[in-house]
Formats: sequence, C-alpha cells, structure tokens
Amino acid sequence: MQTLVAYVENKPGVLNRVSSLARRLAINIDSLTVGPTENEEVARMTIVAHTDERGAHRLEASLEKLVDVLLAENISTRALLERDLALIKVSADQQNRPHLMELIKVFRARVVDVAPESLIIEVSGTVDKIDGLLEVLRPFGVLEMARTGRISMTRGGDLLQPPTVSRESPEAVDAKSK
Amino acid sequence: MKLTGAEILCESLTRLGVREIFGYPGGAILPVYDALGKSKLHHILVRHEQGATHMADGYARASGGIGVAMATSGPGATNMVTGIATAMMDSSPVVCITGQVSSKVLGSDAFQEIDITGITMPITKHNVVVTKAEDVARTLREAFLIANSGRPGPVLVDITKDAQQASAEFNWEASAPKLPPKRVRNNHDQAEFDRAVEMLNTAKRPIILAGHGIMVSGAMRAFEQFVRAGNYPVAMTLLGIGCFPANDPLNLGMMGMHGEAWVNNAIQEADLLIAVGMRFDDRVTGDLRTYAKSARKIHIEIDRAEINKNVKVDAALVGDAREVLERLTPHIETREHTGWIRHIAELKGDSAVRDIQSLPDSGHLYAAHVINDLWKETRGEAIIVTDVGQHQMWEAQYYHHNRPRTLITSGGLGTMGFALPAAIGAKFAKPESEVWVVVGDGGFQMTMSELATIVQEKINIKIAIINNGYLGMVRQWQEFFYDKRYVATPLVAPDFAALANAFGIRGERITKRAEVVPIIRSARESAETVLIDFRVEQEDSVYPMVAAGASLSDMIRRPNNPLVETATEP
Repeated sequence: MQTLVAYVENKPGVLNRVSSLARRLAINIDSLTVGPTENEEVARMTIVAHTDERGAHRLEASLEKLVDVLLAENISTRALLERDLALIKVSADQQNRPHLMELIKVFRARVVDVAPESLIIEVSGTVDKIDGLLEVLRPFGVLEMARTGRISMTRGGDLLQPPTVSRESPEAVDAKSK
Repeated sequence: MKLTGAEILCESLTRLGVREIFGYPGGAILPVYDALGKSKLHHILVRHEQGATHMADGYARASGGIGVAMATSGPGATNMVTGIATAMMDSSPVVCITGQVSSKVLGSDAFQEIDITGITMPITKHNVVVTKAEDVARTLREAFLIANSGRPGPVLVDITKDAQQASAEFNWEASAPKLPPKRVRNNHDQAEFDRAVEMLNTAKRPIILAGHGIMVSGAMRAFEQFVRAGNYPVAMTLLGIGCFPANDPLNLGMMGMHGEAWVNNAIQEADLLIAVGMRFDDRVTGDLRTYAKSARKIHIEIDRAEINKNVKVDAALVGDAREVLERLTPHIETREHTGWIRHIAELKGDSAVRDIQSLPDSGHLYAAHVINDLWKETRGEAIIVTDVGQHQMWEAQYYHHNRPRTLITSGGLGTMGFALPAAIGAKFAKPESEVWVVVGDGGFQMTMSELATIVQEKINIKIAIINNGYLGMVRQWQEFFYDKRYVATPLVAPDFAALANAFGIRGERITKRAEVVPIIRSARESAETVLIDFRVEQEDSVYPMVAAGASLSDMIRRPNNPLVETATEP
C-alpha cells in the first residue's frame, strides 16, 4: 500500500482526471480523499493505492504531468500522521447499552446520535484503531457504516505545501516553435 | 474591440502563427467556419476527420511546430479519436478544435452532442471545454503552450456553439495563459550526474540508444558532439531515425523487433546503454528479463514517468535532451572503444550476404528493391511518410535517412491509414520538399479517400503502394506463429492506378524490378501527384525478426534457401 499526496486545481473534472489516470495505469485505489485547502483555488488529495514503490513512482510522475495537478508526492516512506474517520450505526437495546458505552470509552470514540434501537458512534484515528473498534462492535450488530478514507500529513518540519507561483507571470509565455 | 468567439478563435490562431487548418465543417462549428472565410487562414477540406488529425500530426512532425485540426461535434469529434491517440503515443504537438452543442443544452443528449473531452481524456495531454467567448483566446494560447512544451502531445479544445456566437472584448495582451502554478522539480541531481559520468568513462562496450526525443528537443548538434566525444556507436529506435546521419560510420541502424541483427546483438553484449529520448518500448527491448543483461544503463529523458517504467536504470538524468547532453559532453574522457566497434563490424558478418539486394536479379520484384531504389534515386533527401506494417519496416531498413524529420511514421500506436493524410500535412509544412508516401495495399484502403483532398488542394506528392495482396505483417505472423493459416489476411484491392485516374491523378502499375527506377524518375519529374502500384512478392517477410515477447538475442533470420516467389502476373 502506498500513500500519495496531491495538490490539484479546485475545479470540476479534476477528480475524474486523477482517478482515470490510476485506472489507465491499472492501479487500484484503496481510498481517495479530497478536500479544500486554505487556498480556495487548490484542493488536497490523499491517495492510498494498491501498488509497489515502482507503481507509486509512475503514479506520482504521471499525476504531475496532468496540467491541473500542482504537485504529487509519494510520502509512504516518510514519518506520517494518518487519520480516518468513521460513523458507525450499531444496534443497542437497554441490556447491552452500558457494555457498549464502556467499549466506546476505551476506544475514545463518541456517541453522536441516540435512538431507542440504535446509536451512532463517531470515531477517528488510524485505520487500525477504527478496524479494532469495528471488530468489537460487530457482535452487537453494525447496521450502517460510513468511512472517510485516510488523510495523511508528514510530521514536524517536513512540509508539503502547494507551489505558489503567481498565476500571472513566469509561465505566461507562449510556446515557441522549436 | 468586440469580436465573436469564432472571430476571436481565428484571430488567435493567426497570432499563434497558424497558416493551415485541416478540418471538416458541421453544424456545431459553423460560426467558426463563417469566421474562417473572412480570415487569412487556409482551410484544407479533408474527406474524413481522422485524416484531418493525421494531417495535423504530419504537419507537426515535418515542421517541429504545431498542427491544427478542426471538426464539428458528435461524429466529427469521435472520428478524430484515432488521430489524437496516434499523436499522443508519438508525442506529437497537435491542437484539435471541436465544435460542441450550445452550453444551454449540454448534457441533454442534443443532436450531435458527445462528451468528447471525456472520451479523449486518456489520449490527450490536456483537454478543455470552452463555454464563454471571453475564454477562447486564453484557452487557445494555453493549448498551444501545453502542446509543444516539455514532452509534446495533443490538446483538444471543445468550444460550445454559443461561445462561438457570443461577443466578447478581444484583448490579446490580457489573454496570456494562466496555467496552474506547477512545482518546479530540481532535476539536476549531482550524485546521479556524477554516477552517469563515471559509467561513461569506465565503459568498455558502450552503445547509445537514440530516440525521438533528440529531434523533439532539437538536440541533433549536441547529440553529435556527445557521440564524437565518446566515439559511441549509435542504435536507433524507429522514431529516432534521422536524428543522426545514416551515413555516419558510428550509426548502426535500427534496433528492436525488426532491427538489424548486429544492432540487437551489440545491445545484448554491451556493458553500457546510453538511452537518449526513448522509452524502452516492448518493440525495442523484447523480453525484459533477458534484455542487455550485462549492461549498466543511463536514461536521459524529459518525462519522469518513463524512468524505470520498463527497464530499471542505474542513472536517470531527467531533463531536456539537449541540455543534459551539453552538460555531459565536457566530462567525457574515454573514447577508446576501437576493439568494441571492430567487434560490432564483425557482427555484421554474413548479414549482407542474405540481403535481397545481393541476390541475382530473377526479374521478380521485392519491396526491398522498390525502397532501396527510391532511396538511391532521391539520394536519401526526400521526406518519406510510411504507414504501418511490413513496408514500414522495410523502409526503416532500406531507406537511409541523414536528416531529422525526414521519416514520418506512426510508431507507438501503429495506426494503419496514417501515411496518406500525414504526407499531405507534411507537404503543407514543407512545400519545397519532395514527399513520398510508402504505404501497403491494406493501409492505403483505409484512408484513400484523401486522394480527393490532394486533387482539391492541387498538391504534389508521390505515392508508392507496396502491394502484396495481403495484410502482410499479419500474414507474416500467421506464417511464423500460426502454421500458415492465413485467416482474414488475403486482401482484394481495386486497380489502384485506375482508381487514381478516377480521382484525376496519374496512376501507374509496376511488376518488374527493371521498371522501378524509370518510374521513380518519371514520377519525380512530374509536377503533379503520381500514384504507383508496385506489385511485389506476396509472401515475402521482414527479417530479422524478434518474436513478440522473445529475447532480443533470439532472432528469426532470413533463410539461406532461395526466396519464395509468389507474385501473380496481373
């Protein structure tokens, strides 16, 4: 599994270009998350892909060839902070509710919705942690689940920022015939 | 100044240096055609939009500039797909402009509406839909910038009909490209560079693999200096042909599936491969597990995504070929490979003996005779545009190109039907040059309707049909690998000479070796297009051959026994 971060133009069709590229390279995407950045023209993607280091290089370099991709980087081997978020609807009756609350506390999850027959639990953390909670919830009956997929960030001073070249000048030159 | 989107398009194309547009009109692009009529741009009416894209591609490859093709929405746009993919695979800068239904009805399955940007996403370097007249000039400037920078490729601009009709303020200065800010990678890794220099200076059996990128980069001079500095033998890819003179003793010829045996053997014995502007295509490497086992590898390449894609290399120098070569050359100290070069000459050995050219004249006509005579008669100076198949490989073997951009051929996609339209484009790019089409009887029948374009435009090109009555390369594979079961390869063709006459073009038929030179001379003297139907041996094969997926060392050689002579007297 390889993790890539990409900064892309925040406009329609870009997600399609990125996912279409992975498909063309026959790389299966495990999860892909997109969200805005502090610059409204730029979105950030975390791509987790089923491939090896060589495949990740190909994906990274091919992504950067797309006009709408500002930067793509394979961060798999760097010190990473990874987060996944899940909403899990689990069936709960009067008898097992206390036991459930106990488990939720252990996993530092939260109850965000209470109904007579069920609870919605919000949990964030590493993929392993969420998988672990899921494992213990299963006997109670998981009715529904939504997960965001992974977002990743390199730790400490290892910065991965979008290039901020002015949109007006340096590259604003016409193609010269060779 | 207020102009319509269509007028802005024509004005922008003119300012971008475009003179010719290859296209076909239709409902969704009509406003542009109306504006075209009032502009100085020369529109060439093709007979099929695939032809328009190949013409633009041929124009780009012959000139080094950008070729422009135009079509209407729907079927006009989808007919362009093969030509766009051809340009993509061979890194050719083509800009395609398509009309689109009005933005108000986009997505409603309107008449002749098709999602052409969706369709062409994986086969263009970039594509974009324009829905506003005020975006036309900037988008076009961006398209031209993208198409011919870095590793070139096709760009498609889809313009809705309302964007063509609406008026907007036209201000060229204010419409400068505004492309997203890209990370500029520092490709100059000193450690990698030093490693490459060390390899260059310690190699005993080096060989250069020269590709298309040398021409794209305009690196011919830098390349020659590099070759001279290290006294390196040069093997070429199909698209690399012309980047280094064929008559130079260091030029070995083409490598790969139908490369010369001595070239492939030299690659297999080398201790250093210096790959320049090429991508280790499977047609070049054969089986990767046995490819150049004893060689270290340096890869000079502008596209990072090509590094370690097929062949793992020991040093990757990412960048423009000319810049990298110019940086490398001063560091070359070793140039003593005389033993190695003599060894390669010995590898040539018996190859010449088996050659068709060396066999006594039996009166029978072989494709190799036609192409070799064409080379001699044109002194290797013509622009040759080939199709795909046996004749394409014979051209690469028997026509020796000394100058860049004189062989135009579909390498990566292998598109049959490419030659005739691409030659028309090449002729517009180089009107003073002699342009020959070398095409098979199969491929010619795919796009022969463009003969009408030749007549309408009154251009002068020469067409040599290498007619063996088969889809020859496929027949050859059936002969070698399917026990001579010739399924769907025998091919009925019209009388090509009579067909040419019907178009108003002089047509000739040649069946004997002795007739080849006179007809080539006669055709060259003519100021008009001439089509020659060369009836060659039907079951001749291209040798040597490395079977698909086989090791480069494992070549099928031309048999020593007399040739099969299978031509039917017409």
